[in-house]
Amino acid sequence: MLEALTYPFFQKALTAGLLTGFTGSYYGVFVVQRKISFIGSGLAHAAFGGVALGLLLGIEPLLTAVPFTILVALAIVYLQKHTQLAADALIGVLFALSVALGIIFLAVKTQYTSDAYSYLFGSILTVNDQELIIALLLSLVTVLTFFKLWARWAYSTFDVELAGADKIPIEFDNILLILLISVTIVISIKIVGIILISAYLVIPPASARLISSSFGSMTVISVIIGMLSSMMGIIFSYILDLPSGAIIVITQTMIFFIIVLISLIKKNKK
Amino acid sequence: MSEQANILEVNNLNVVLGQNTVLEDINFNLTKGAYLAIVGPNGSGKTTLMKTLIGLVKPNTGDVKMFGANIDDLPPGTISYVPQIKTMDKAFPARAIDLVMSGIQRRWSFKINSHDSDRVATIMHEVGAGDFIYRPLAALSGGELQRVFLARSLIRNPKILLLDEPATGIDLVCELSINKLITEYNQKFGTTVIMITHDWSAAYHHTNYVLLLNRRQVYYGESKTAFTDENLQLTFSHLGHGHGIKFGLKI
Repeated sequence: MLEALTYPFFQKALTAGLLTGFTGSYYGVFVVQRKISFIGSGLAHAAFGGVALGLLLGIEPLLTAVPFTILVALAIVYLQKHTQLAADALIGVLFALSVALGIIFLAVKTQYTSDAYSYLFGSILTVNDQELIIALLLSLVTVLTFFKLWARWAYSTFDVELAGADKIPIEFDNILLILLISVTIVISIKIVGIILISAYLVIPPASARLISSSFGSMTVISVIIGMLSSMMGIIFSYILDLPSGAIIVITQTMIFFIIVLISLIKKNKK
Repeated sequence: MSEQANILEVNNLNVVLGQNTVLEDINFNLTKGAYLAIVGPNGSGKTTLMKTLIGLVKPNTGDVKMFGANIDDLPPGTISYVPQIKTMDKAFPARAIDLVMSGIQRRWSFKINSHDSDRVATIMHEVGAGDFIYRPLAALSGGELQRVFLARSLIRNPKILLLDEPATGIDLVCELSINKLITEYNQKFGTTVIMITHDWSAAYHHTNYVLLLNRRQVYYGESKTAFTDENLQLTFSHLGHGHGIKFGLKI
């Protein structure tokens, strides 16, 4: 196992896993508390349309997936504001459209499209330098948002009217949050794949919520679980020779159920 | 109404939401230290009026001036708003102290230092919430939660305090105690208070002024002369409420 740590591809995989574990579980606390967990899965499927477009055009799929996903996210925000439909219904509509477009893009591409599978199921061991740099930049931006925006996002997550009455720029903040969630999703695709990506946004924060008395502690615990489960998942997947994305999600789920068990025992003791 | 300068002026206010006219031609002024009750049936526009006063809803025509300025131009902390507690998300991980801190910071606090913690403790003791400073919001009763929200508002020393149905979801003893607290605060510090209430008796006994609302302004004036049969019929019958009910305030 220790030998694996000397391999550059494994070092890259671990670094990428830790970075995406950090960003996904950080933004996830807002996703879970705003009750928009469906957005992770919805935007990941929107990203599939973008990835397929990149494969069709023969360019780096991330370059098309990022704007494609952001466009879908902005469409959700716009339509939610200007129609009477709830976010989950709009995500459902645009998610279906994006997947349909993705299937068409792949069908039109006559050449072999095995790459599409690495995006669907994740392929952390093939993370390249460019993807690693993007993940690092996103993490740096995320650290900045902790100092500049966490307190505002948390306030409007608790009560949008109180935040509005205190002149928090709610609309601007929401758009910024959803844009960063979109980018996080696209960047994380390579790690866990489109199908399992929503786990990063939901399982660590949901686990953290069970043992947190404040939103600050929920954020810290979520990030710790996100990073720890990424690291453990990658190591287990190497040892067991199984797909890393699936092992990361199973690790997160095991942590979740251990915490559920502990909190149930504590509750029964009271 | 008074020789004192108005600190709140509402002029020809009209609010249309979607296709519905929610507020039509609302006009009233308040001076420093006034205590106003907004009374009306469900759907009469009470909450929309309050949201317009704090700038969350923009009027279609007319305007709201506080201290002669637009709401958006007021210095932070001038007004403080206590929403209906039934709208609060109890699944949000927060303790009473976190909520009161948001009254000081106008942001959510990641960490609370000992100076702020002492300040919060002092105000929470003043409103009778000293025993549950560190208790999760989800574990508080309606009355306890209302006290925490009140502490959150009062810690700012606001010039205008707005409360949306502070008696909803709490028992009669708590309600009397909350009303007493608000009245004492109004009298002690001269803070102008605007409260939405369904309780005509509380409005009659505790406030100086009453605005009877039924999308239109039925009555605005002193509370002692507000609750006539005619005013109450006009307020509560228009939207289909109160047919056949004999109104009148039993004091």
